[in-house]
Amino acid sequence: MTHYLVNFLLPALITAGFLYGIRLMQTPHTALRGNRIGALCMLVAVLLVLWQYGLFGRPMVWAALITGSLIGLRMAQRVKTIQMPQMVALFNGLGGAASALVILACLNLLVTETWWFGWLVSALALAVGSITFSGSVVASLKLEGWMTSKPLFFRGQSVLTKWIFYFIPTITVLAVIDKRPALLYAVTVSALLYGILLAMRVGGADMPVIISFLNSLSGVAASVSGIALGNLLAAGVGALVGVAGMILTQIMCRAMNRDLLSVLRGFKDYAGSPETDNTQAAVSGDASSEASARLTADDIPRLLREAHKVLIVPGYGMALSQAQQAVKNLMDALEKGGKEVKVAVHPVAGRMPGHMHVLLAEVGVDYDRLFDMAKINHEFAETDVVVAVGACDVMNPAAASTEGTPISGMPILKVSEAKAVIVCNLNEKPGYSGVENTLYREGHVIPLWGDASETVPEITAALTQQG
Amino acid sequence: MSLTVVLIFVGACALLGYRIIAAVPPLLHTPLMSGMNALSGITLLVALASLKTSGAVSLLACTAVVLAAINVVGGYWVTDRMLRMYKRGSGKETEK
Repeated sequence: MTHYLVNFLLPALITAGFLYGIRLMQTPHTALRGNRIGALCMLVAVLLVLWQYGLFGRPMVWAALITGSLIGLRMAQRVKTIQMPQMVALFNGLGGAASALVILACLNLLVTETWWFGWLVSALALAVGSITFSGSVVASLKLEGWMTSKPLFFRGQSVLTKWIFYFIPTITVLAVIDKRPALLYAVTVSALLYGILLAMRVGGADMPVIISFLNSLSGVAASVSGIALGNLLAAGVGALVGVAGMILTQIMCRAMNRDLLSVLRGFKDYAGSPETDNTQAAVSGDASSEASARLTADDIPRLLREAHKVLIVPGYGMALSQAQQAVKNLMDALEKGGKEVKVAVHPVAGRMPGHMHVLLAEVGVDYDRLFDMAKINHEFAETDVVVAVGACDVMNPAAASTEGTPISGMPILKVSEAKAVIVCNLNEKPGYSGVENTLYREGHVIPLWGDASETVPEITAALTQQG
Repeated sequence: MSLTVVLIFVGACALLGYRIIAAVPPLLHTPLMSGMNALSGITLLVALASLKTSGAVSLLACTAVVLAAINVVGGYWVTDRMLRMYKRGSGKETEK
């Protein structure tokens, strides 16, 4: 009876608690409570395991738990909002590594069985855990800027990636049939290599896809290691994380018009070199500046004064120049002038799903003001002024009008439909995709090149002087 | 615990999870992801359980415990930090 209680009933109850916590994440005002319920469930689960296996009296266990907790706490307290993506990526990697290490530690237990299933789940957990670890570490290094954020290629990389992609399942099957531990180590090593190859070719703007995917994998790794070692709670909750990551991956892929398989095999689209596109953009930029009858920076005070509806379009550039506070001030000034102000957020703006929302929430922008692309895209046509801050690819009309570029077919914010557009970007260079932004050439677009943390306050000043 | 029970449980969690998670709005996707991230540290339980067999392997298991604990504690804490910002944002507006 106690056996049944500890092994099935309590884990099921704790899982229900986790699910309830996630349910509370559906609305912003209950989300905080939801997260705390999740943390509480985790604490209960850990205590249950400590009690169940009689680990309370083991100093080693406490040392490991406290060390990990303190490191995690310190990291979480020090991280800035702009660094959130690399933080999440790194934590994903640690989770994956832990899952793989557990399997390695219990290998003699798992694979002495003559049963094939032990071999299969061991190989799977090792493969998924290792990919998660190495892929996440590379992704997080790229995001932190310790590795270049450009896609990294070397000769024969595509072929190598493809070979490993098929090699891993093959030796997994071999390991199950042949039952030789060496094959499991081969799975581990090739999975580590695959993770590196997978992540190194992913560029900055594709990070949301890969981070979501790695998030999913870290859950799958936990789930499989739970199945392998008969831990119901880890198996179920791991699957939950796997599903969550998969949903986000799917949303991100759709927002960028990519399919997951092409992401896993490598971003073929990015084979073209961004440099050539850069020079083209510079040339056409010169040509277009000669065009007459366009709006100029001198029109900004008049435009803002007469505007009724203003939409803000933030992008990763806003985070880079730390212009969030400036944007918030601009929004306040506009609202004081009785204008309708909304923020239009593209699903893949930033480096992880929802990144813009967090950045703007930090400076106190009310979340009721943030609108997703699907909800707001039809409103651009009735908008007087759009202020784009550090956004480029997510509003590039070329995504719809040209073929064969990395952003072709990607749904964009229809910024161009507004009556006037002020672009506060660093320069006229293309965004991450390397595709020239044809928006800049249009007559109703006013580019304010320079650091957005300086140009956005200029707009605010222009507005308040008129006031 | 029979394997069938575990697999059925996994399937049920995935299905229920799908329904609940798909309804989370993009506004909360970053906290959702970092919360899920903390949750993926559930492997901590497996790591702890594996510690019951002491010996040479327990060094690997201990490392796993440390890594998973970083993941869990860091993940929940950072999510909490983020969600507190959301609250503050709306709080300010309503005060006005």
